[in-house]
Amino acid sequence: MRKCSLSNSTALFNKIAENATLYIPVDLEKGRVAYKKYADGMKMSDALKTDRSAKDFFFPQTENLMEFKTEGKSIEIIDNRSEAEDFVVFGVRACDVKSLEVLDKVFLAEPVDSYYKNRREHGVIVSMACTRPTETCFCGTFGIDASAPKGDIECYKTDDAFYFNAVTEKGEALLAKLDGVTESSDEKAVNEQKEQIKKVLDKLPLKDLKADEFGADKTDKFFNSPEWKNLSEACLGCGTCTFVCPTCQCYDIKDFKTNKGVQRFRCWDSCMYSDFTKMSAGQPRLTQMERFRQRFMHKLVYFPTNNDGMFSCVGCGRCVAKCPISMNIVKVMKTLGGKNND
Amino acid sequence: MTNVKEPLIPTVCVITDIRQDTPDVKTFRVLTLDGKKPFIHKPGQCAMLSMPGVGEALFSITSSPTNTEYVEFSIKKCGCVTSWLHAAEVGQQITVRGPYGNGFPVETEFKGQDMLFIAGGIGLAPVRSVINYVRDNRANYGKVDIVYGSRSKDDLVFYKEIIDEWKNDPTVNVHLTIDREQEGWDGHVGFVPNFVKEVAEKFDEDKKAKTTAVLCGPPIMIKFTLQGLGEIGFNKEQIYTTLELRMKCGIGKCGRCNVGSKYVCKDGPVFRMDQLDALPDEY
Amino acid sequence: MQKITREALIEKAAALLSEGKVDRVLGWKSGEFSYDVTPAIFNNVEEMQKDFVYGDFSGANFSKYLVKETKKDGKVLIFLKPCDTYSFNQLLTEHRFDREKVYAVGIPCDGMIDENKIKQAVGDGILSIVSESETVKVETLYDGVKELNRADVFSERCLNCKSKKHVAYDELIGEDGLVLDSNRFDEVAKLEKMTADERFAFWQNELSRCIRCNACRDICPACTCEKCVFDNPNSGVENKAAANSFEEKMFHIIRAFHVAGRCTDCGECSRVCPQHIPLHLLNRKFIKDINTFYGDYQAGAEVGSRAPLVNYTKEDIEPSEAVNRGDE
Repeated sequence: MRKCSLSNSTALFNKIAENATLYIPVDLEKGRVAYKKYADGMKMSDALKTDRSAKDFFFPQTENLMEFKTEGKSIEIIDNRSEAEDFVVFGVRACDVKSLEVLDKVFLAEPVDSYYKNRREHGVIVSMACTRPTETCFCGTFGIDASAPKGDIECYKTDDAFYFNAVTEKGEALLAKLDGVTESSDEKAVNEQKEQIKKVLDKLPLKDLKADEFGADKTDKFFNSPEWKNLSEACLGCGTCTFVCPTCQCYDIKDFKTNKGVQRFRCWDSCMYSDFTKMSAGQPRLTQMERFRQRFMHKLVYFPTNNDGMFSCVGCGRCVAKCPISMNIVKVMKTLGGKNND
Repeated sequence: MTNVKEPLIPTVCVITDIRQDTPDVKTFRVLTLDGKKPFIHKPGQCAMLSMPGVGEALFSITSSPTNTEYVEFSIKKCGCVTSWLHAAEVGQQITVRGPYGNGFPVETEFKGQDMLFIAGGIGLAPVRSVINYVRDNRANYGKVDIVYGSRSKDDLVFYKEIIDEWKNDPTVNVHLTIDREQEGWDGHVGFVPNFVKEVAEKFDEDKKAKTTAVLCGPPIMIKFTLQGLGEIGFNKEQIYTTLELRMKCGIGKCGRCNVGSKYVCKDGPVFRMDQLDALPDEY
Repeated sequence: MQKITREALIEKAAALLSEGKVDRVLGWKSGEFSYDVTPAIFNNVEEMQKDFVYGDFSGANFSKYLVKETKKDGKVLIFLKPCDTYSFNQLLTEHRFDREKVYAVGIPCDGMIDENKIKQAVGDGILSIVSESETVKVETLYDGVKELNRADVFSERCLNCKSKKHVAYDELIGEDGLVLDSNRFDEVAKLEKMTADERFAFWQNELSRCIRCNACRDICPACTCEKCVFDNPNSGVENKAAANSFEEKMFHIIRAFHVAGRCTDCGECSRVCPQHIPLHLLNRKFIKDINTFYGDYQAGAEVGSRAPLVNYTKEDIEPSEAVNRGDE
């Protein structure tokens, strides 16, 4: 385990930024928190969560896939892909770290998405244990341990120091480069913090939320539940939950005409949108109830069915905090989850 | 990075022939720029065609894999990309990626079976690929019956091929029907579901048992055909169909063709009826 | 001001339900915490007693739900805060719902709380929020109970409340209030005083955070098109995400133009924005300009009023004057 005193954090960040682009969470005006490209002396936020998740680094809201030039009847494809720069995302919470594992299941499955893979290969995740989880947190429901946040390097921040443990080879390589600004340390402070975190986790209002009732092959159990109607009644059909979600990964591909040619780009899409499945020949999900159901069935049943039981929710609570009508996966699970969640 | 294959980046191909099949269906022959087939496929698979700036859409491949020279797509004019294609001329380049999907199990479950092909309207497009595959590998399959119907004689896709080739193939029974009477048509008149029942009712029990049905057409036709086949003793494990949903990626990632735990583009588009029954009713 | 309790509203609903005057109730449903209130339909008193809630977080404006609700059979009871009544009238002016299928009960309102302001003030781990007349007591996981001034955590729209007067109802609980002199245009005036570059930078910063979730549009009582141009592939401007920073602004600017003269300044757009973009300022700029150019006009103040932008009079400002003013 390596240690870096907080008074030395600028040196630490500068050192990381020497070899790679470093992103750290930063406090902005009116309580906003976002990852920003590190510049000398920038102060890291202690906020629990960034408004948008670390998903953006690997699966950005929009990205250009390729360009075309057309002339007469001819088409030329311009493959603009280039090697991503090396980058480090510092301070990623356990839930968001886990979300990348969920995204990997989609984008790294054959045929591999080279855009995502490229960024994944060049990105290093320094996680951060959560000493002050909030009322909307429920990562424990999905077996995520906020006191062991994983990532490439696992990081703990105490009142006076950062503590680092490399988890992956990539993490080891980065940590080795930081020898000059870190020192060897025992695990005492970290173990104490882990104990403290566990105590706090046990006091969270959503600590008893269980996912046991859900999971692989439970389609028949939930699909025709009469509860979907009431749950979705007030849903606006907006994309807030989808877009703040660290695991939602549906996308659209669109062409954009520029004066130089055609740009084909990909952007986030939402199963909550009425045109998501719309075809010229028809629409399989006609009502918001069906679209609403799709999102939660996907996270709680379909995804686990295809991925050895892994849920595609990590309990980060962003949708809980952000939904305009305060409807969310917690309420869905409590309503559908039967006795377990009473 | 650029040496890594990216499934979303297509290949430029060229339309080498366009055939007007019906007033709203055209068949496009597509080759790579150096005159080769763009890919090797299985019957029932699809490919993504696009015109940059217009859009990209998934189409079933109507030519048989046994055709070594080219691939063909039969496309009904109904949306943005299809309207553009209908206005295109021979020599027009388009982009192609694929093939996608599972295709029909022609080398496994279908082998040795008597085949009953049932299609309505443009639904013959994916089925044609299997029919011709079976005809080209005739020894591997039993008797072949084709029941095909459309609104009118003019809306029968591949009419020339049906008359010149399939009807002249002594190993194939072709049963054509149109919805309403029409001058110059002396064939069967009526809807596909009833006609299928008429045709298949004559099968003896032994033949019924060793027949596999391939079904493609509008939802209402599928519904009533299934009902009819059920009434005369077919079970769902004998019937295959192919689905169409909105798709963007074709590789099981973009999410929109997700039905239950399946992605139609990747796990389908071909489903056996009992498999389809196990999915939520959202297709 | 008289405080309206949950019990008083349940009692009113119970009476109307039992008299057969209404068949169901559109109300606020309590959630997991003190603040996550969800609009919901209650079919009977028992359902209401279980989880109907009315309080500091019952900010949602229900008027737009009437478009959907009045397509169903039977009559729906709706509770309207003063600001909601303006949207209610505006929707009626636009023939968006069937008035016969609604029973509207006006309820006084002394302001709603913005939970984000509480979160900002007390930090993480809010376990409960209890409101008193002047203060709000917030129990937190880490720092015990913290006491805040209610006025400090009011929603922006409530701090700048334009009216305590109900402009539509079938029945009123309590006394009606008055149209207020609000300071709601102060922020707009500040923006107007900026140089064009400063103003551009301001909006650039705000709108660059937009994630195009469409929550502002979907909640907006003035946005009731059956198919929004931005969702319609045939419109040519359909887009789910901005292809560049120009498009990013266009969505909000076009939307502001589209609701100009119809926006009642209910503030729902800013309330629901997950990225906390002060979208209401765009609409307020339009309202302020309309007031300046054509005389004071409040959309929704009465049913059937013709907005200045769709009502030609000889006294109307010449376009050139407006253009010149824009150059200043």
